[in-house]
Amino acid sequence: MFRNQYDNDVTTWSPQGRLHQVEYAMEAVKQGSATVGLKNSDTYAILLALKRSTSELSAHQKKIIPLDSHVGMSIAGLTADARILSRYMRNECTNEHYAHDQPLPINRLVTRMGLKMQTSTQRYDRRPYGVGLLIAGFDSKGPHVYQTCPSANYFDCKAMSIGARSQSARTYLEKNLDKFANCTLNELVRHGLLALRECLPNDMELNSKNVSLAIVGKDHPFTVYDDQKVEQFLALITEAERKGKSSGPSEQDRVMETEP
Amino acid sequence: MSMMFAPRLTEAAAPTTHAAPTWSPYDNNGGTCVAIAGEDYCVIAADTRMSTGFSILTRNYSKIHQITDKSVLASSGFQADIRALQKNLDARHQIYQHQHSKQMSCPAMAQLLSNTLYYKRFFPYYAFNVLGGLDSEGKGCVYTYDAVGSYERSGYSSQGTGMQLIMPVLDNQLKSASPLVLPLRQSTTPLSEVEAVDLVKDTFASAAERDIYTGDGVEIVIVNRDGIRHELMDLKRD
Repeated sequence: MFRNQYDNDVTTWSPQGRLHQVEYAMEAVKQGSATVGLKNSDTYAILLALKRSTSELSAHQKKIIPLDSHVGMSIAGLTADARILSRYMRNECTNEHYAHDQPLPINRLVTRMGLKMQTSTQRYDRRPYGVGLLIAGFDSKGPHVYQTCPSANYFDCKAMSIGARSQSARTYLEKNLDKFANCTLNELVRHGLLALRECLPNDMELNSKNVSLAIVGKDHPFTVYDDQKVEQFLALITEAERKGKSSGPSEQDRVMETEP
Repeated sequence: MSMMFAPRLTEAAAPTTHAAPTWSPYDNNGGTCVAIAGEDYCVIAADTRMSTGFSILTRNYSKIHQITDKSVLASSGFQADIRALQKNLDARHQIYQHQHSKQMSCPAMAQLLSNTLYYKRFFPYYAFNVLGGLDSEGKGCVYTYDAVGSYERSGYSSQGTGMQLIMPVLDNQLKSASPLVLPLRQSTTPLSEVEAVDLVKDTFASAAERDIYTGDGVEIVIVNRDGIRHELMDLKRD
């Protein structure tokens, strides 16, 4: 992306009909660490996220935010922007319980999000929200995974990944897409972990410190698993599978390795 | 001469007086609530009759609302206001849980309830509340309120139309020695959980005899370290 004379504010169109500020905001999402979301046909939607820590002294940045007992989200991009959006979404969910005594259906929640985010793409005194969200929820229509962008577009997904190096995860998800519908919860988590590890930077592996998992489903309120609690799910993949593809042995070596 | 400067009390200048109102925003749906705090339990009870004037609206209405795992609110008065109050507290508690990643303690909920009631100081919730539960140490606690949020923690309490009949009985059975006696006695009763539940049943049966607004049934909720338990007992239906 190069600088040009039409990218100074979000209220200026480029001659090609683009809003460069919005596109630059979408770059911010690609700077955030990766997160993956997937679901099966009728019972569960899950989110996985790679947590990053700025130094060994500080804790890993939280990536998954519960919104209500039936819905939550994972974030990639500006965490502070995500916090504002999560406050808005939590408020909408609470109001739905107060006014209608029911959980807010996910598609309505995402629509409201889209409307809120759009205003900041059409005002001279605001900037777009620099965060991409993967929203996972379960309502009367089943499990859902939605993606939102700083452009205020939102997409209903069967599976999705956003953030740094997420293209590799999307490739894995596309390859295995037809398997997800009939997966059990553990199979879903396994696929999610294998997709997530595709996004690892060099010489890193999935461990309980940097993996965050959230599960929501039928009879399963939105629950986040971190640190100790995520170990039981990491056990679903082997030691070798925890390593990223760039740091592990090559394909041929893996075939030669014999796992008992 | 000085009379000219004295204020004339004519109809126009006098403070306006309202005609007798044809409509009141409030109604009293009657009923009684009781709560007793024990060493490691709390019993909260309320009758299940909902009335208006001299008529019964239903014999089977719950005045008890569980807000958190450890706090239970029993309220008598105007049930529409009470329902709105319950929903208000629920929404506030949801927000608290998002922000603190944990539930509110009973003393914290007690303060929130007081603030919520006083917020409507000039158009109050017509609700006479008793909040019961376990505090952060696991001891039973009971908080009793007036309609605008004045509250106090105590070992036992009752509110509602049968309050005047029940309170003296509870005082007789549960009141510890004068606060002037040292060492200071705890604000929980030494009764066991089963004894406290039996006492509650007895007091309701007695109140139902003489208070026309109390009867039909009593719903009893017991909060202890194992969780929350419900009991239902029939009362006279006259």
